Amino acid sequence: MSEVLKVPSMAECMAEGRQPEILFWVGSAGSYDDRAKKITRAFVKILNKANVDFAVLGTEESCTGDVAKRAGNEFLFQMQAVTNIEILNAYDIKRIVTACPHSYNTLKNEYPQLGGHYQVQHHTQFIDELIQSGRLKLERENTFKGKRITFHDPCYLGRANDVYEAPRALLQTLGVELVEMKRHKKTALCCGAGGAQMFKEPEKGDKDINVLRTEDALETNPDIIATGCPYCNTMMTDGVKVKEKDADISVLDVAELIANAQNL
Amino acid sequence: MEYLPNILFAVILAAGIGYFAKNVKKLIRNIKLGRDVDLSDNKSERFKSMAMIALGQSKMVRRPVAGILHIIVYLGFIIINIEVLEIIIDGLFGTHRIFSGIGATYGFLIGAFEVLALLVFVSVIVFWIRRNIIKLKRFWKAEMTSWPKNDGNFILYFEMVLMTLFLVMNAADVHFQAMNSGNVISQFIAPWFGGFSEGTLHFIERGAWWFHIVGILVFLNYLYFSKHLHILLAFPNTYYGKLAPKGQFNNLESVTNEVKMMMDPNIDPFAAPAEGTEPAMPEKFGASDVQDLSWVQLLNAYTCTECGRCTSECPANLTGKKLSPRKIMMDTRDRLEEVGKNIDANNGEFKADGKQLLGDYISTEELWACTTCNACVEACPVSIDPLSIILEMRRYLVMEQSAAPTELNNMMTNIENNGAPWPYSQMDRLNWKDE
Ligand code: SF4
Ligand code: SF4
Repeated sequence: MSEVLKVPSMAECMAEGRQPEILFWVGSAGSYDDRAKKITRAFVKILNKANVDFAVLGTEESCTGDVAKRAGNEFLFQMQAVTNIEILNAYDIKRIVTACPHSYNTLKNEYPQLGGHYQVQHHTQFIDELIQSGRLKLERENTFKGKRITFHDPCYLGRANDVYEAPRALLQTLGVELVEMKRHKKTALCCGAGGAQMFKEPEKGDKDINVLRTEDALETNPDIIATGCPYCNTMMTDGVKVKEKDADISVLDVAELIANAQNL
Repeated sequence: MEYLPNILFAVILAAGIGYFAKNVKKLIRNIKLGRDVDLSDNKSERFKSMAMIALGQSKMVRRPVAGILHIIVYLGFIIINIEVLEIIIDGLFGTHRIFSGIGATYGFLIGAFEVLALLVFVSVIVFWIRRNIIKLKRFWKAEMTSWPKNDGNFILYFEMVLMTLFLVMNAADVHFQAMNSGNVISQFIAPWFGGFSEGTLHFIERGAWWFHIVGILVFLNYLYFSKHLHILLAFPNTYYGKLAPKGQFNNLESVTNEVKMMMDPNIDPFAAPAEGTEPAMPEKFGASDVQDLSWVQLLNAYTCTECGRCTSECPANLTGKKLSPRKIMMDTRDRLEEVGKNIDANNGEFKADGKQLLGDYISTEELWACTTCNACVEACPVSIDPLSIILEMRRYLVMEQSAAPTELNNMMTNIENNGAPWPYSQMDRLNWKDE
């Protein structure tokens, strides 16, 4: 049991008659997956530190339907979307921040046609904004300063939505040595989890995609592999294990790097 | 008798253009077999992407060697074809180099054409070496057998021959060499014909002239059967390319209607349709054959140059899976051609042939290997979206056939039951807070 986090729910805000600045969309992985929960907590620590007035839907949140849509089940996707939109609109939500690129993409791009119009940000964009506006101050002297870090672009953040700079800007503020993989930004290789692959065995081939991508990362000789997606995190962590490098190299979310650097 | 060459020329020209027009009509008809989508929006943005990507070749240069060589061939081909105008006028009216009267400018133009012709020739040789000697991986993948492989080389031979004929024609043209203006390259070829009589030279010049123009007409008609169709279709295809963020997958309206009905307590889904309205045929969800795809997806298929840039970046293909986004496009085109021929053979009606795109061309194994990463879409130099076809076929598999892999069915059942892809209770969603 670690320190207590302030995590108000929308229902509580409603009862108190106030509207928070942002809604933090936690997502299914961020809620249930043991590794992803740590990312969720790290991001909340940052929100608490910067005194951001936020709330979560808590038990009223449901899967965005991203994975169903990509598996081809448009029906299930739209059922999920319509249910979520009903709740979001009932709370009159305007701004959403999420630590999951899949939720980010779906909320931002696929909910509008079904009546859900929100300003949606990835958590790296939001944290970057907090720093830019002076609401969050980072110590340049920190545990990660000078560490070799490579950033793996999540497909649904990078190619899908052209967000390449926000996560990198955050790593730069920590004063790390950012090393790029050969395939990065627009040509970054997928970790292998997207399009519902996370939930099934891969088709027959001669290698697993996450291993290939981990090899890309290892070529840069990093101390840390950073990413911005709970699914990428799992895939890269497994890849590092397969390569028997887990003793030397950790896989961390950008939010975790920031929170750890500040001893939050 | 004097007009025989002119008449012959007119006949050949008319036949060449006529046959081409006939195939263009067929092409348009086939593309229109696809479902309708309205893409009349954002005209200026669309023109901009066409100008950048097709005209400006902006995506080609992402791979600098191939990109620059391609720009030379592309520019050379377009510019040298200005010369075709002169050839057509000369051919029809029996004139000789009708524009030579314009003086120094003519020399400059032809000089530029000659330089370009040489550059094109050299570039094409390098292309050939990349394909056949260096054997770049992407030209030797599983789908690049027989016809696709030969097609790629035929085009290169065609261009070599056409460029050679153009230069030989100029070199053997005594008149033109005597003018000594514009024969920048051909003056070095002319000495090869040094000992020839004027009559022989004239014969060579005429021969090269005829082969050159007939070659161009043959090439024009070859396009329809070749990946080289991209030199025309790249323009409309980039114009109609996807403008939304790549991660945004289209919304299925037919599903939205049903979902709304289910969610709306005021609508009785079992009510009889109102008097006078036809009970709407439930639309087929997703695609099992080419007619279920949109016309843009079919245009995509005809535009594909089979360059394999998509496949060489595809994570599934790179790790030995069967999926190749290029093959998805080639299969779609092959099946569309088959459907087109079926329609031709049956007086304009498609007669069921017991085949379809799904299964007979594209296997479910390929479809389920896709991570929807958009690498193929990003890599394509002519704005093709193979992923959209994969998704459309997955939709058919899941919504019409309930044929998803078991693990995915479990995952979807979880979402239906407890709002998460895992079997955890929705009531535990906030547990992370206190862990
Ligand atoms: S979207 Fe699918 S087909 Fe395209 S590159 Fe990624 S895995 Fe391959
Ligand atoms: S889809 Fe695009 S990238 Fe792929 S082979 Fe065709 S033209 Fe090349």
